[in-house]
Amino acid sequence: MPRALLLGLLLACCAAAVLLSIGIGTAPLSFSRMAAALTGDGDPVARIILFDLRMPRALLGLSVGAMLGVAGAALQGYLRNPLAEPSVVGVSNAAALGAVIALYFGFAALHPAILPVMAVIGAFAALGALFLLSGASESPLTLILAGIAIATLAGAGISLTLNLSPNPFAAMEIATWLLGSLEDRSFNHVLIALPCIAAGVALLLWNGRALDALTLGEDGAQALGVDLGQMRLRLMLGVACGVGGAVAVSGSIGFVGLIVPHIVRPLTDRSPSAVLLPSALGGAALLTFADVLVRLIPTNNELKLGVVTAFLGVPVFLIHLMRERRLW
Amino acid sequence: MVTITIEGLRISLGKHPALRGIDASLDGGMLIGIIGPNGAGKSTLARAILGLVKPEQGRVLIDAVETSALPRAKIARTIAYLPQGQTLHWPLDVERLVALGRLPHLAPFSDISSADQAAIDKAIALTDVEALRHRTATELSGGERARVLLARALAVEAPVLIADEPLASLDPGHQLEVMELLRAQAASGTLVIAVLHDLTLAARFCDRILLLNKGEIAADGDPSDVLNAGNLATVYGVRAWLGQADGAPVVIPLSRNP
Repeated sequence: MPRALLLGLLLACCAAAVLLSIGIGTAPLSFSRMAAALTGDGDPVARIILFDLRMPRALLGLSVGAMLGVAGAALQGYLRNPLAEPSVVGVSNAAALGAVIALYFGFAALHPAILPVMAVIGAFAALGALFLLSGASESPLTLILAGIAIATLAGAGISLTLNLSPNPFAAMEIATWLLGSLEDRSFNHVLIALPCIAAGVALLLWNGRALDALTLGEDGAQALGVDLGQMRLRLMLGVACGVGGAVAVSGSIGFVGLIVPHIVRPLTDRSPSAVLLPSALGGAALLTFADVLVRLIPTNNELKLGVVTAFLGVPVFLIHLMRERRLW
Repeated sequence: MVTITIEGLRISLGKHPALRGIDASLDGGMLIGIIGPNGAGKSTLARAILGLVKPEQGRVLIDAVETSALPRAKIARTIAYLPQGQTLHWPLDVERLVALGRLPHLAPFSDISSADQAAIDKAIALTDVEALRHRTATELSGGERARVLLARALAVEAPVLIADEPLASLDPGHQLEVMELLRAQAASGTLVIAVLHDLTLAARFCDRILLLNKGEIAADGDPSDVLNAGNLATVYGVRAWLGQADGAPVVIPLSRNP
């Protein structure tokens, strides 16, 4: 598929997802009231619903989805492993641990910004540990090993807080947060997440050519002028900063980083650079749609976003499996 | 034309000494074969010239400038490298793969120019892979892939080409074709350094041969001088039939040293 057409289609999907996202919610809001609120007239209730509730939610859906998508694509390219996703470098778990600590010790109740800020701090602590553990080595394997060590440690820390929770409600609060959601987010959350995500996306998009060169292996890439050390630095910074910011406001949302590159890759020339931007747009559209789905599916408690994305992940892999086995 | 000078180069891989003091001056316009038994240090020497392994002692100079002082992008524009093996991590189209050779020439965020496209087309034509242009590179046969990867290296259009075992998995016809291509590149002024295992092809096509043994240069010079019975016996441990055909040496290993 020509690149311009693919990007155009994905942008259209994003726009459709945003329209649905701001059009659908628990409080009914007619199209005319919404249009009036958008143009600045409208009644104050409509404006509050639109600007303080639905807009931040849609914006966070787009930016978190874009970040997870591009991080998955960049890591798959760097590690040359189609099963890589942001969690393999341990940053998402560490960010979640930061947030969980904020919940466990009650800091989160002091100010709404404390939880996301502690999650970002968790992500950067993981980045520091990644540097210390994986060293200056240029091999991707050391990065995966260090990432798994950090992810496991952070996972154990999260389990410990659940284990030691003083009462079932506290444990429930942590477990619910971990499922991932964009419910009740404000522009404060956007302000915390967006700069982190913008920096993360920019750092990862910058790696496109170096990732392409890695198709030829590490020696081949270096002989084409790629500085593997610098590339790894940009990649780790980008993932830590962006995914840290994303987890901080949304909780743990799995599978987006894993499946989106798989969905868009067959529509590109399959080079890692060609998958980056479409993965960002695809991730943005997918997560925003999933967040609409969460509101549409009637359940007693609102469905959590992480649950929906996990369900969406399964068919994508089944299709790939069937293609691999030439059943379809 | 470019001259590469290697001075007292010593390299260890882990605790194992791979190169133990290599001195050589390699001039543009020549096809230079690096031969020697497995583990002699051929690939390490190729990688050291590119600055991919750090020397313990000694240095490599490109036109009197030490490679360690040159930015990676500059080395990439000066030396094209065809690594050993056929590593390909993503199923790219052949044309897209060959286009990777233009990476060292692209300015940040710029696209392939018409000059780049011309270099890609030329490399595809030279290696006879025009028919494969739109095929997926990972689905090609070993020999087809070898030629496509050589095209990728030629697309760099660098004044130096280092090819590590460019003949692996090629049939005799394509082996001759690749050697003729390398010789033509050298004739046009490129310094071509090829790591080879086929002694007869090395003897027929190379202007000069470096024979490596246990990290040292055992012999360096004209193919007919280097490929003598004594060198083959001491370095490779084989008894060989040495003859002539079409005015060039022919080497046929007959048995291991008794």
